[in-house]
Amino acid sequence: MKKLLVMLLTAGALALTSAVAVAQGGDPSYGGGATSEPAATAPAAASPAPAAPAAAVEMKKEEAAPAAAAAEEKKEQPPAPPKIDKGDTAFMYAATIMVILMTIPGLALFYGGLVRSKNMLSVLMQVFVVFSLITVLWVVYGYTLAFGGAGAIFGGFDKLFLSGVTAESAAATFTKEVYIPELTFIAFQGTFAAITCALIVGAYAERMKFSAVLLFMVIWFTFSYIPMAHMVWYWDGPDAIKDQATLDAVVANAGWLWAKGALDFAGGTVVHVNAGVAGLVAAYVLGKRIGYGRESMAPHSLTLTMVGAALLWVGWFGFNAGSNLEANGVAAFAFINTILATAAAVLSWMFAEWMVKGKPSMLGAASGAVAGLVAITPACGFVGIIGALVIGLAAGVICFWGVTGLKKMLGADDALDVFGVHGVGGMLGALLTGVFAAPSLGGAGICNYVTNKCGDPADFPGIGAQVWIQFQGVLTAIVLSTVVTLVALMIVKMVTGLRVAEEEEREGLDTTYHGESAYKF
Amino acid sequence: MKLITAIIKPFKLDEVREALSAVGVQGVTVTEVKGFGRQKGHTELYRGAEYVVDFLPKVKIEAAVSDEIVERAIEAIQTSARTGKIGDGKIFIYDLQQAMRIRTGETGNEAL
Repeated sequence: MKKLLVMLLTAGALALTSAVAVAQGGDPSYGGGATSEPAATAPAAASPAPAAPAAAVEMKKEEAAPAAAAAEEKKEQPPAPPKIDKGDTAFMYAATIMVILMTIPGLALFYGGLVRSKNMLSVLMQVFVVFSLITVLWVVYGYTLAFGGAGAIFGGFDKLFLSGVTAESAAATFTKEVYIPELTFIAFQGTFAAITCALIVGAYAERMKFSAVLLFMVIWFTFSYIPMAHMVWYWDGPDAIKDQATLDAVVANAGWLWAKGALDFAGGTVVHVNAGVAGLVAAYVLGKRIGYGRESMAPHSLTLTMVGAALLWVGWFGFNAGSNLEANGVAAFAFINTILATAAAVLSWMFAEWMVKGKPSMLGAASGAVAGLVAITPACGFVGIIGALVIGLAAGVICFWGVTGLKKMLGADDALDVFGVHGVGGMLGALLTGVFAAPSLGGAGICNYVTNKCGDPADFPGIGAQVWIQFQGVLTAIVLSTVVTLVALMIVKMVTGLRVAEEEEREGLDTTYHGESAYKF
Repeated sequence: MKLITAIIKPFKLDEVREALSAVGVQGVTVTEVKGFGRQKGHTELYRGAEYVVDFLPKVKIEAAVSDEIVERAIEAIQTSARTGKIGDGKIFIYDLQQAMRIRTGETGNEAL
């Protein structure tokens, strides 16, 4: 055991140092970031972006019009230090706590109920510990690499161990001159990183060594989650945008996909496609569970699975509405879209299953809820009511296919259908966001911080163009996550080995790996 | 003395117990069991995975009775456990060599 700990620590250190190398060597735009930071107000304004700037081409035709507005703005530039909005801050505390609730116990119970009783504790334990592990890593180096500075792929190292962040530090929201404490933003984003990693646990459940899980998570978090979060969500904040020139500077500083204008309100690509693909790859690499397809691997407690799914649903309002960072009308839209799309997906999954398999099952309804939640995640702040309804209905049916027909075609033992639900649902949601964000379809469009208007149809690049941008976001997540997962598993295989021994797998991981059993009757 | 063993549907247990009491059976032993017969199992579906459940839950009751009431006891079980549908179960009767009440040491019919 001691040897193992030492190995884990060394691996963590290795991951850190190689991350330094990547960020310093591989990224030409990294050095230039600092100069174009907005002067006074927001240090490290970085956040999920309902506010992707229209590409520079779109902006040009508007240059004449916003001249007046820009001039007006210069007059009233605030010299005061950033003022924290107390209402938004309180809202973000609640949202952060709800995302924690999603993971522990929500996701843990959802997954736990789906495995056999001999592996219940191993799943609970993996979710619980991965949450803790990633939270620590997030504070040590995750936050600074994801949000601590400009760059196309990684941030910077200025905020290692959150150095320089104080109670007064402010993080920008999506409205000019509205701020929340940076510490709140860090905690909120930390819970996202933690749940994303915990999602992968479901794919290789019931057969992966506990030490291998931990080591894999360190590597995957560092090289797949952090760059995805940075590429999609890092920008300098709305205050930095005053006119076309400053907008160009913000775009140059922003993460690679943000700069393209990819829309991902709460993490369709960063969280769900990313984790779903990692799950599928891990399921392939680890191989099938012993007896898969021959022995019964029926869930041991759908009651707990339903409880977990319900906790996920409730917590997801913190995830989606909280991603707005402000308690305003956009958050309200994210909220209503989240409840609507999820309910629609429950119904569509249930009816699809009823028609195809003959019976409407509790597991089907619970899975439909999660599928709907996943699919609406990237879209929730951008689409209108009809968009949310369509996304939800589509998610239920398509993810049902994802865990039945598609799963058979793929042939991997993705034990708890991480890919079928999160991967497929995430891709669907990310692509449909490009469709239903269009103002012509009742969507919110995008925000133009030069004119200070949101939802102007003229700013929207068009459905085809936006879907193409969304597709690039999805493809980036697929490629990055596949490569990182493969390499990470190769490393883990060499260091600790991946799979438990055959008799341990038959005995169950609870007693063999954790020395306890879930149920005593 | 005879030992009656009956495999019945679980939800019929209370009716069978009452019917046995009514004909003078003093006690029974009940076990939850699983098995298969002509009823066969059923299919359970969990997302894409299909499992055939071969063994169905049943209740096994055992009662030791004197030769005088054995016919009535068998009839009581047969009428009270019957639903007319496949899977109602079976009754087996064995000769019983000896019985003893542990507390008093009584044997034979006295012990039943």
